[in-house]
Order: sequence, then structure tokens, then C-alpha cells
Amino acid sequence: MRPEHPPEIPIAIHDLTVAYHRKPVLWDLELNLPEGKLIGIAGPNGAGKSTLLKACLDLIPKTSGEVLIYGKPYHKQRDLIVYVPQRESVDWDFPVSALDVVTMGTYRQVGWFKRIGKRQRITARDALERVGIGHLADRQISQLSGGQQQRVFLARALVQDALIYLMDEPFAAVDAATEHAMIEILQELNTQGKTVVCVHHDLATVSRYFDHLVLLNMRVVASGPTKEIFTRDHLQKTYGGKLNLLDDVAEALKNLGR
Amino acid sequence: MIDGLIDTLLLKPYNTRIVVLGVMMLGAASGLIGSFLLLRKQSLLGDALSHATLPGLGLAFAAMSSLGIDGQYLPGLLLGAATTGVLGILFVLAIGRTTKLKDDAAMGIVLSVFFGIGIVILRLIQNIPGQTSAGLESFIYGKTASMITSDFVLIAITLSFCLFVTFLARKELVLLCFDPSLAATQGWPVLFLDLLLMALVATVTVVGLQAVGLILIIAFLIIPATAARFWTNNLRHLLWLATFIGAVSGWLGASLSAVFANFPAGAVIVIAAASFFLISMLFGKARGVIPRFLRQRDLRRKVGRQHLLRSTYEILEKSQKERPLKNLSISLHLLQQHRFWGKGELAKLIRQARIEDHLERQPSGELRLSESGFGEASRITRNHRLWEMYLIKHADIAPSHVDRDADLVEHLLGAEIVHQLEAELALTQATIESPHDIQAETTPS
Repeated sequence: MRPEHPPEIPIAIHDLTVAYHRKPVLWDLELNLPEGKLIGIAGPNGAGKSTLLKACLDLIPKTSGEVLIYGKPYHKQRDLIVYVPQRESVDWDFPVSALDVVTMGTYRQVGWFKRIGKRQRITARDALERVGIGHLADRQISQLSGGQQQRVFLARALVQDALIYLMDEPFAAVDAATEHAMIEILQELNTQGKTVVCVHHDLATVSRYFDHLVLLNMRVVASGPTKEIFTRDHLQKTYGGKLNLLDDVAEALKNLGR
Repeated sequence: MIDGLIDTLLLKPYNTRIVVLGVMMLGAASGLIGSFLLLRKQSLLGDALSHATLPGLGLAFAAMSSLGIDGQYLPGLLLGAATTGVLGILFVLAIGRTTKLKDDAAMGIVLSVFFGIGIVILRLIQNIPGQTSAGLESFIYGKTASMITSDFVLIAITLSFCLFVTFLARKELVLLCFDPSLAATQGWPVLFLDLLLMALVATVTVVGLQAVGLILIIAFLIIPATAARFWTNNLRHLLWLATFIGAVSGWLGASLSAVFANFPAGAVIVIAAASFFLISMLFGKARGVIPRFLRQRDLRRKVGRQHLLRSTYEILEKSQKERPLKNLSISLHLLQQHRFWGKGELAKLIRQARIEDHLERQPSGELRLSESGFGEASRITRNHRLWEMYLIKHADIAPSHVDRDADLVEHLLGAEIVHQLEAELALTQATIESPHDIQAETTPS
């Protein structure tokens, strides 16, 4: 055990490098994500935010380094961690209902070759109620709006009931009401002591939603409590010369009153 | 000829019975497995696989001939076919993983190269002394009539195997097809499941080589599944329906080709399947072209009717001070000004409304709502205003509670929400004033 990555840390990343076809996407990452926090990961397009989540989950091969979930490799800690992929990662034209998708969250617990029982279906229905679309349970998923689809994904994560939630752009292209409902649920998870990590692209809401922030651009530019990290200096380092973005940042900073 | 066809369809002649039944079961198996292939979006991988079986057939023939066995020994040939077929798939995967080539390019390369090599091998083995390779070409286009009892048994076993595996591992295969990343994070062996699916595809393909031929077996895998998709959005129904369509296509196709013996069997079978596809594409309940067109037309009509009745009602409201509203005649001119209507649209809507007995033309040429039309107009206007108030008051919860089914446009809010809203807004009276001023529209809305 490395002293800089103690086992009580939910996600400890050591010396992580990921490269696609010799082009590094993440370079020598060193990061501890604290327990029981709402954590935002922000950075420009192509900064490796999604790649970071996938590397934590062994969905893509690591070029070097390791990721420890509460001190152990991911494949020993699967039950502790839930992944919510980007909404576009699946085919929403697939012939299944919202309830079917949420029920998939229970498959691991059901196990090989066994049928889905009443208990799993009730759990799934409850989760759909909790995200506010219980009345759409039997709707085919292509007939849901983008926000409703994202709620289905959140419900699927809820039935998996873990300690750590990794979410890839959960607020991308959803309506304001869904964003509001979802952040409420994430905050609820947070008060239960769970660790929630979201890749987030909207700098205007970063400081409102997250109490811990990681700024990423191929490497970790800054990581820590949002209050300390969300500064013009750090953002400039992260987003570099993307000036139009910097205007947004200036606006966001102004709203913070600093 | 017709009598012969009917007898064959009814499985009366003994010699065609096993052929027809065999192709039917093959169709069922390919329909079932093809559905998963379709859902995994890898239909063309099946095509690469089937073309890659040709060199295996030739090589197996050569190997068996040189060992002194009959070069046409079927299990040996099929084993060879399966070997190079799977090899082809592995090449596709390897090309995809090691280069930046897209899957379709990789499949195109493997498909054509393996097929080309196969043709060359077939030519070479013609010269092996003491053996005839004459029958091997029939694997390309299929030769259904050559099916014998042992082939029939092989197909029956294949179908049972496919049914068994999909019954057992449906949940796992569906998860693989819908969201492989979830499957991976839950610890399911994604690669193994993919290989299992490919093994099922390879089994069906190799067993079907003789009946349908390696060029057209892909049609048998894809067409029943895609045809079934037009009828249903339910996965379980999709699987059963694809199995059924595959079976019926096989039954019809094999019977036809048995009677009209000079047509290549594979082609006849595929045409039979394609006719199902065509029918499904046109009439399929869930996504067929014609039902969709009809739904859209109905919706257009419904919306148009609502606009017309509501406009009439709003004009009446504007022209009268006292309530309850009296049902008076209004001029066409007023209607035309009240809202932007497309060219000829208003005339068409009025004609429709007169047919439905919602609107009457007075002798003076003015229009007047009928008794039922007046009731309908006030109901529609009321609903519309409830909807507007709902949006104003509850815009924050609206997106999750509003029905996106355009067909239900009249019932945007469920009965329960309407009651809630009425209670909350203390609006139980029959008419509601518009929450905003109604002005004549002069621009397109």
C-alpha cells in the first residue's frame, strides 16, 4: 500500500497514463477522490474526462498506472461502484421499455441464467418513481424525451445501490426540470455518505453543484474543494486559449462575487 | 403444378417432406439468432462469416481426399467451413483492434479475400485424381433438394441448441446487445458473450450452407429479424415473431423450389423471406410505412380540427360581452384573419368539419357551429387553456409529466393531473378565460 493512497480513499489514481494509438489522452495522473463528496470533473473537449472514468472501470486498457477502489483493484470491488455512461452510448431505439432498462441494473445480483423476479421489478419501479417518471415505466425507450432517458439511466444506477457513482455528463442536453430533479437525487445520495463523481461541462453551475472539483486537461491541473479550485487562474490553465469559454468563466466568477 | 405445390406445402410427398421441414427449422433458427445479431448491430459480421466458409469447404475436401476418405463427407466439409468462417471473424476483429480501419472496411476485406481464396481452392481441387469436387459449388448458391435425413437431424439439433441457449441466456445476450459497457462493469464476460453469439451465428450459417448457400444465408439471418421489428417494440415478441417469419419463409421457399426445380433454392427462399419483409415494411403495426403515414395524417387532421374549432370559439368570445356565450354565425373572413392558415388549408378543414357535423354553412354564406360542434369547441378551448396554465404554473415539473406521444395531443395532461390542476387553480367551472390576450395572428405560428 502506498502511503499517498490510503485504503479509505474511494478512488485513488496512481501514475495513470492512457493512450489511444500512441496518442496520450491522460498523462501521468495522480489523484485521490475524497469520500462522501459531490465531485465534479471539468475540462475542455478532449481533455480525457470520459476516458478517466472508463479507465477507472477497466473499460479501456491502461497504458500504465493503477486505480484503486477503497484500496483494491476495481475487479474486486465491482459492487461498490456504479457507472452511468453518456446517454448517446446506447441505442434508444432498442425494443425495450424503461422498466426493462432499469431492471438491467439488477442483473448482476440475479446472476447467470436466472429469470427476473417480482422483487427486481418492484425495485426497478420504485427507482423510476424516485426519479419522477414512474408513470412511464412501460413506455418504449425511444418514446421518451432526452431528459426522461437520462432519468432512466439514473434509476438504473439507483437500483445498483453502490457507494460510488461515476456519471458521464449526466446533465448534457437535458431539460432544466430534469437537471434540477437529478441534482436533488445526487445531493440525497451525498447526504447518505456516498461519493458521486460527475463529468460536467457547464462551468456556470459547477460551483453550485459540486463541493469538490477536479480540473482536467490531459493531466490534473487542480483538484480540491471547489471554493479553492474554481479560480480564474486555474481555469485559464485548464482551458488555455479558448477565449470564448473564458468569457463564460468570467461571467461565472462574477456570479460567485469574487 | 398448383396441386403439386399444395401437396408439398402440406408435406404430403415423402421425398420433399424432410427438405421442407428442414428448411423451415433452419429459417426458425436463423430468425431467432439473426434477431440478436441485428440488435448487436453486427448483421454484416454474419455475411463475412458465411463467405469465409468457402476456403474451408475446399480445404476440407482436399484434406479428406488425401487421407483416402470420401471428399464429400458432409460433417468433415462443415467442420472445415466452420473453421475458416470463424477464422474470418477473428481477422475482422483483429483488423478492427490493431488498425484504425472501421468494421465495415474490415468486413469487406475479409469477405472478399476469403471468398476469392475459396474460389481458387475449388478450382485447384478439381484436379485431384479419383475424387469429384463437382458438388462443392452447390454450397455457394445452395442445393436444397440434396438434403437427406442426416442433414435434417443436424438442423433439428441446431434449432434445439439455439432455442435452448437463447432461452437460458436471453437476459445476458440482451444486456450485451443493449449496453455492453454496463455488462462489463457488472462483471459479465462481454468477450465470452460476444463469442457465444458468434458461435450461434456460425452454427446456423454452416448448417444452412447446404440449403440456402453461403451467399444468401445472410438474408435468412437478417430479413426475418428486420421484418419482425416493424411489427413490435417488445423484445420477446420480436424474438418469437422473427423465429416464426423465418420458419414460414423457409416453408414457402422450400416448397416452391421443390416444385419449380429449375430455380436455385436459396434464391427462392430469400425471395419468400423478402416478400414478408416488404409486407412488414408497409403494414407493420409498430413502425410500418403505411401505419405511420396514417397516424401522421390523423394527427394532422386532429390538430387542424382543434385549431378550427378553437378559433371559432375565440372569435365568438371576442365578439360578445355577456356570458354564457351564444352560438352565433361568423364570417369566413373573420376566421381567415384570426389565424394563419396554409393555402387551401382552411377550406379543407371547414369541409372536414362540415362532414363531421361540427360546422354548418348558413344560407347567408356565414359559418356557424353546430350544437355538437359548439360543445366540442368549448371543451377543446378549455383543455387548451388548462394546458397553458399548467405550463405557466408548473413549468418545472412539466417535462416529466407531459405525454410525448403526439397521438395523445388531446390528452396532453392525464385525467389525474387535470383534476389536480382544477383543484389547485380552483377552476371547476366549464369555461376558462385565456391566461393571455388572444390576438389575431397574421404571421405563421
